Amino acid sequence: MSNSKPVLSSSLGRKLIMSLTGIFLCTFLIVHLIGNLQLFNNDAGYSFNKYAYLMTHFAPIKVVSYLLYASIILHAVYALILTLKNKAARPVAYAQYDGKANSKWNSRNMGILGTVILVFLATHMQNFWWKYHNDQVPYIEYRTDLATGETTSKELTASEFRDYQETIENNVEIIKAKDLYKQVDFAFQNIGLVILYLISMAALAFHLIHGFTSAFQTLGLSHKKYIPIIQGLGVWLFGVIIPIGFALMPLYFYFVK
Amino acid sequence: MAQHMNLTLKVWRQKNDKSKGQFVTVQANDIADDMSFLEMLDIVNEDLTRKGEDPIYFDHDCREGICGMCSLVINGRPHGPKYGITTCQLHMRSFHNGQTIVIEPWRAAAFPVLKDLAVDRTAFDRIQQAGGYVNVNTGGIPDANAIPVPKRVADEAFESATCIGCGACVAACKNASAMLFVSAKISQFALLPQGQTERYERAQAMVDQMDAEGFGSCTNTGACEAECPKGIKLSNIARMNREYFSAKFFREEDVHQ
Repeated sequence: MSNSKPVLSSSLGRKLIMSLTGIFLCTFLIVHLIGNLQLFNNDAGYSFNKYAYLMTHFAPIKVVSYLLYASIILHAVYALILTLKNKAARPVAYAQYDGKANSKWNSRNMGILGTVILVFLATHMQNFWWKYHNDQVPYIEYRTDLATGETTSKELTASEFRDYQETIENNVEIIKAKDLYKQVDFAFQNIGLVILYLISMAALAFHLIHGFTSAFQTLGLSHKKYIPIIQGLGVWLFGVIIPIGFALMPLYFYFVK
Repeated sequence: MAQHMNLTLKVWRQKNDKSKGQFVTVQANDIADDMSFLEMLDIVNEDLTRKGEDPIYFDHDCREGICGMCSLVINGRPHGPKYGITTCQLHMRSFHNGQTIVIEPWRAAAFPVLKDLAVDRTAFDRIQQAGGYVNVNTGGIPDANAIPVPKRVADEAFESATCIGCGACVAACKNASAMLFVSAKISQFALLPQGQTERYERAQAMVDQMDAEGFGSCTNTGACEAECPKGIKLSNIARMNREYFSAKFFREEDVHQ
């Protein structure tokens, strides 16, 4: 029997969970952004719909996606546990407390920013993940003449669509797929949803500007050689490039498409 | 010539650790701007005593910034509106005539209020007693360079050891976390050869005690570092995490009973 408390029931152990799941979720964002850049292809969703099929049916990706769902849940649950314990650590609040004198506001409001992101995730999953998996999206057929490379597409009815298929007949590639691209286009015609996405990406930016660097501090990684690099990544990649990249998607569909 | 000022104090008055406290407004008249904040409270207390009222209880001892006894959250800042000083080093020239000053005790579940502005900080003593020592008999003063310690390491250990245990880190932290204090105490031993024998046992024992006292968890806001009168750095917390996780995952040392 160990005399010391088990890692996961200590404050540092709980922070370790936050840190590891947080870093994993950050790496996911990079992949998610790069993949979804295909939404900007002007090809009636040909590349995006093929990609959506791959991401939902390729076994290694499926394993990673379950890890991802588990990480989101663990990150949120441990955040709640830690927040409750932290609140209990100061039962009587200060009448006056000058937070801005010693810390950045986003570092003090990670829970609120995280809650905005969690609400966003529920909407996001409902709109795309749920509808994709439960056949609530339109269907499409692409015919590509392999000689000329020209692609035409037409919408399919539910009865015409049986399963995803990718065949070649008479030098013509035929792909039948669920049209997630159309669903994205449809969803982002709703100004309310576009605004929710923009607010959520702003919350994500401020969450990650603090969170990414903070995760490394929790792991005990602190060195004057590489911490500036991690801080740079936290601010520019996770705080600027990634949230802006995602925010451009609803804006593109609302204003351009 | 010293400027004189009249101030309105909103002071937290609480009879004992059982009772509920409240703010009481007290006038501080004819205060010279070259007085320290504690001297100002002395004047106020003399007035109260002359009037037959109970003087305001507050902690103080050396009054030269090295003992860590004085506390007070002044206008929402631990040790008042300046950085890098204790309350006894704060002068009334930092305030202006007619100003209202809100004075509160350190607020944390682990630091119960004893009376008025004085809190019980023996939680820090118990953390120190859990592992912040070297068990081996160190004998007399060794010859210079008998134990080689690089200058850089010696300086770092010394910087960590300058922690006076005042508790401003806990007071400043939105989670009432004691991690800056605990990490400084773990660091000063972890860095030096004399601390190696009990290094991994110490990290576990002190973190366990910190949790048992009911302090919150660090969210890396940096408020503690900003408000620390001795400039203890956040890198100590990263080191504590390294020590603790190394002990848990890569060592077999356990807490001694």
